[in-house]
Amino acid sequence: MDSFDIDLDDCGPMVLDAIIKIKNEVDPTLTFRRSCREGICGSCAFNIDGTNTLACTTGIDEIKGDVKIYPLPHMPVIKDLVPDLTHFYAQYASIRPWIRTQSPPPPDKERLQSHEDREKLDGLYECILCACCTTSCPSYWWNGDRYLGPAVLLQAHRWLVDSRDEDTGARLDALEDPFKLYRCHTIMNCAKTCPKGLNPAKAIAEIKKMMLARQSL
Amino acid sequence: MNTDPRPLSPHLQIYRPEWTSVLSIAHRITGVLLSAGTILLVAWPLALARGEQSFVALQNVLGNPLIALFLIGWTLALFYHLLNGIRHLLWDAGVMFELKWARASGWAVVVLSVVLTAAVWGGLL
Repeated sequence: MDSFDIDLDDCGPMVLDAIIKIKNEVDPTLTFRRSCREGICGSCAFNIDGTNTLACTTGIDEIKGDVKIYPLPHMPVIKDLVPDLTHFYAQYASIRPWIRTQSPPPPDKERLQSHEDREKLDGLYECILCACCTTSCPSYWWNGDRYLGPAVLLQAHRWLVDSRDEDTGARLDALEDPFKLYRCHTIMNCAKTCPKGLNPAKAIAEIKKMMLARQSL
Repeated sequence: MNTDPRPLSPHLQIYRPEWTSVLSIAHRITGVLLSAGTILLVAWPLALARGEQSFVALQNVLGNPLIALFLIGWTLALFYHLLNGIRHLLWDAGVMFELKWARASGWAVVVLSVVLTAAVWGGLL
């Protein structure tokens, strides 16, 4: 692990500012992902001060003592703070995250949604897929090869509850698996760590409820 | 199996113990302890069936202060696992996921299991 001392009086307020300053002024080989610097792209997700969050929305003054930064936990590391997210993205693709329909689209307008139905996506659509929650989950650490993890399951729920989607049954069929969904043991690290304040644990519980509801029909 | 040649980033060793994960692993551990403690529930009637002598012998062993300490731990494990189990049932019903309530209920489980254990061993229950 490398240590860097920098002058905080000559540095922006956020952890990301400090990392960029280190790369610019101390060690140009330091490698990390960053883009929007305002908590919407999800690139600068690291383990900061023992918990996963975005470097751009975490103030340096929020952390007592030295700021310890690791790459997202239990992931293959490409270099320094850059994890290989290939498997994570493949899992996201596996839930087929787009509107799936059987009915023909209305000829003269888009598929519309009521305000009430749109509200059902609140707390889900804000997810930026930064992988903070998934890589905070001990269940994902031990079974990430088959367990989809909180981020992808929150996304799965986002499409399950979309009033315009017509493939709910097939989506639930695809999740009916001892590992993909049911490795969630409600540890709640995901909700605790989410930098966007979302609750993947609740979304997963809602999927489990949907499974149960259709079984009892 | 991890066939990726890349090194794995650190996980358990660097992740801060949060109330979420600590209470969760405590549920697992108490569950295992309860299974182990079940041996006692078998030993008791077994000793009784073998006659007065062996039952008294077992009771003497259990009267040992060191053993009693284990029994207190077992009681604590029982109440923790029971109360936290109720917490999990509520979660399964889809409620109490807001961090505020998840946290409050977690602490309630810890405090209540200590209180109930004290009540049992203080002869109040």
